[in-house]
Amino acid sequence: MKPINEMKLKTQSKSVNESFTRATVAAFAVQLDPTVEELADIRTAVSEAVTNCIVHAYPESVGEIYIWAGIYENGLIRIRIRDTGCGIINVKQAMEPLFTTLGGERSGLGFSVMQSFTDKIKVRSVAGKGTTVTLEKYIRGREYCDD
Amino acid sequence: MDVKISSSPVRLTVFLSGELDHHSAASMRAQTDKAIIESTARLIRLDFGQITFMDSSGIGFVMGRYRLAHGKGAQVEVTNLTKKYLQIMKLAGLEKLVSLKSEQEVNK
Repeated sequence: MKPINEMKLKTQSKSVNESFTRATVAAFAVQLDPTVEELADIRTAVSEAVTNCIVHAYPESVGEIYIWAGIYENGLIRIRIRDTGCGIINVKQAMEPLFTTLGGERSGLGFSVMQSFTDKIKVRSVAGKGTTVTLEKYIRGREYCDD
Repeated sequence: MDVKISSSPVRLTVFLSGELDHHSAASMRAQTDKAIIESTARLIRLDFGQITFMDSSGIGFVMGRYRLAHGKGAQVEVTNLTKKYLQIMKLAGLEKLVSLKSEQEVNK
């Protein structure tokens, strides 16, 4: 299945860019005529993935974050967030609720939030090479909205 | 992103506004903690009414303030939560630690 429209964005892993990247992907998604709720889901899921790149993939340095999004005829938006950082040694464990390698105030629920707010998530990671998170969400849009 | 404080002998209310993410949390945390440390109130209310975005950083934010307040013997309540913010906080089981109130629940 080929996307009917695509976008690409490359940004540095600086926390100030979290807001910019999620807003950009959400703005791209607007052409699917999503509800306010669906748009908020996209922003939240993208924010989690991008924050992971900043906090985990490049802990001591600034690296590149590559974002690709495609929309499809059936109302699907697929978003890929990729880094070339340290990678995740154990993806299954990283995705477990409340698991975090960092102390402080990281809740360990980033992947849980991504799972809750999208229809599908795929994580591919190679230690030392980087991580790619692919998020999929079907936009039902405003015509199906109850309220 | 902004933090406004309203204080009485019994209750400290922290009005948070703007986007609460990993980036903005640091400054919100510093301002909120300063107010909590200086306060002698037994109830700390975190008002999310003007928060326009929140991801899982909000969980860490509430959890951290809960720990600080709890250490001083104070309770925490989080008010004016949208359905979405409530959903995120419940993923962490925060309702077991603090009182979570949605937009509909009028609080005095």
